[in-house]
Amino acid sequence: MKGTGGKTKRHSLLLAIAGVRETGISIFILLLVVAVSLRSPYFLTVDNFTDILMDIAILSIVAIGEAMVILTRGIDLSAASTIALSGMTVGMTISSHQGIPPAVALLMGIGMGAVLGSLNGLMVTKGRIPPIIATLGTLSIYRGLVFLISGGAWVDAHELPRSFVYLSKNFVLGIPILVLIAVIVAIISYYFLNHARTGREIYAVGSNPEAAQVVGIHVNRILFLVYLLSGILSGMAGVLWVSRYASAQSDTAVGFELQAVAAAVVGGVNIFGGSGTIPGVLLGSLLLGIVVNALNLVRISPFWKLAVQGLIILLAVVSDAVVSRRLQRAQSAGRVS
Amino acid sequence: MTFKTRTSPRRFRPTPTLLRWEWLLIVLLIVACAINASLSPYFLNVRNLFDMVFHFMEKGLIALPMALVIISANIDLSVASNLAMSSIVMAASYQAGLNIWLAVLLGLAVGTLGGLINGLLIARVRLPSLVVTLGSYALYRGVAFVILGDLVVTGFPPLFTYLGQGYVAHTPVPVPLVIFAVLATLFGLLLHRTVFGRYVYAIGNNEEACRYSGVFVDRIKIIIFALSGLMSALAAVVLTARFGSARPNIALGFELDAITAVVLGGVDINGGQGSMPGVVLALFLMGVVRYGMSLKNVPGQVQNTLIGILLIVAILLPQFLRRLAPRSRA
Repeated sequence: MKGTGGKTKRHSLLLAIAGVRETGISIFILLLVVAVSLRSPYFLTVDNFTDILMDIAILSIVAIGEAMVILTRGIDLSAASTIALSGMTVGMTISSHQGIPPAVALLMGIGMGAVLGSLNGLMVTKGRIPPIIATLGTLSIYRGLVFLISGGAWVDAHELPRSFVYLSKNFVLGIPILVLIAVIVAIISYYFLNHARTGREIYAVGSNPEAAQVVGIHVNRILFLVYLLSGILSGMAGVLWVSRYASAQSDTAVGFELQAVAAAVVGGVNIFGGSGTIPGVLLGSLLLGIVVNALNLVRISPFWKLAVQGLIILLAVVSDAVVSRRLQRAQSAGRVS
Repeated sequence: MTFKTRTSPRRFRPTPTLLRWEWLLIVLLIVACAINASLSPYFLNVRNLFDMVFHFMEKGLIALPMALVIISANIDLSVASNLAMSSIVMAASYQAGLNIWLAVLLGLAVGTLGGLINGLLIARVRLPSLVVTLGSYALYRGVAFVILGDLVVTGFPPLFTYLGQGYVAHTPVPVPLVIFAVLATLFGLLLHRTVFGRYVYAIGNNEEACRYSGVFVDRIKIIIFALSGLMSALAAVVLTARFGSARPNIALGFELDAITAVVLGGVDINGGQGSMPGVVLALFLMGVVRYGMSLKNVPGQVQNTLIGILLIVAILLPQFLRRLAPRSRA
């Protein structure tokens, strides 16, 4: 929580909440790790944690984009459909042009995501459509487009070039490339949100849009930017998804937007905007990843996954509300005495 | 330069504009019917017209309370999941040997409870409806999966399936249509003819002002969400009866259609205005459009694309009209 600057009361309050949140979630993760490792000896192995990290790499990339949108009081429900559409277009292109290097494929996904993200951005800024409605609309529009361009067909593992599939399976310095990409994305976003002027403006727009406008921030430009970035990250995630699971289908990543929102909210990104950190989002993704992994290891039926995710979201927001009210009360009590 | 703030009172738009929106919907409905009639010579057959209605009555049952939810400046994303949870609880308890009507009551109770939980979290804990219902969207569907896994329950008694598949004696009128008509009237009266309804608008326009005027805002919000849950469960009864089977992925994505119908029906997504007749018209318009696409063998996912476009156009259009209006007056 460094660099959230500002000395207003609201800010120090938000700082305190975020601080409590990151400590809280870290403790929770530790307790979970201890509990699960007592039940399953395989849990605390390097192999298993590599698996977990591979699983949450894509999630955290998408969740970082989602977090930036939520920071501005918005939401991007089209993230999963963007993943699918970007994955399908790139998957179909490289299956017919096998010579395309993986890096170029990744760039294509980023481009595709940029187009889809800026459509969302335009609707929110120029069209003044509430983000939830705009992206609920594009959730089904983009998903339908996946079906239209693919005709309902799949892109299979054997249609994809080897080099592309290895993009997510190879290791560099003992770290899977997939995880490396997620780490790079996280570092860049961390720097951007905490030290770049535009990044700080995202927080400003989220905590108080009117004030941000008054001090000369181009609010609409910032709003457009966050949807663009969320689109870009989802588009990139789409390519990584196709590489990791070696297939592109019309129902790829259905419901993944929910996990991304969950990771962000669990990680302490305030749904009312203006507060939240990249380390928080990463912790949120890690928690979700560990829970899913633990459910498998403890042999709880995979049908529990969705219910547990829902429960985690609700618990996270309720505990947030309770903690922030406590802090608020403590603060006002402190002022009186 | 002026700044629009969130708390600034919204201009209360006079009824004529609302009427105009509903006329537009009627015109669109006629156009859609004309297109369908040109696609298939059997479309305008009375029996066919009535049968078409089967396909969207459950969505309609969800859309009615959704109108209240959105007019009060909230949103309920959990409706389809709540439907699934109620359907599965009902089906599983019937399979376990419970009398079918007791099972139906249990389903209705579970749905209402689901809505109540949303309402309590939103009104008492003061959480935004978006996040709460996003959480319960996952939780309720998840509960359905936990109970039934990938199984399907079938073998419901004929008297039960009659609720979803039957016709009113010796007429081509489907039973779900009757259920929907009764409830649409009730919801219309509730919204437009009761104090409760006025409060729903008032909360959507300015919640703080309502609180200071002594309106029991929290209680009304809880009732709205509980109603939403109850209607999801009722939709679950009709849908389960129509399919004659229950499975956890039932009604996937119905929330999109319900929200689209409400917004297309002229309800302001920011709350405070809208009408029940508009919502019902929009529901039928969407039903006819979807039916037309089915006549042309358009796959479901592509139909959703069009519904998504419809949703966005429905919001953009009034804004453009509003932007044009002052210019023409000047």
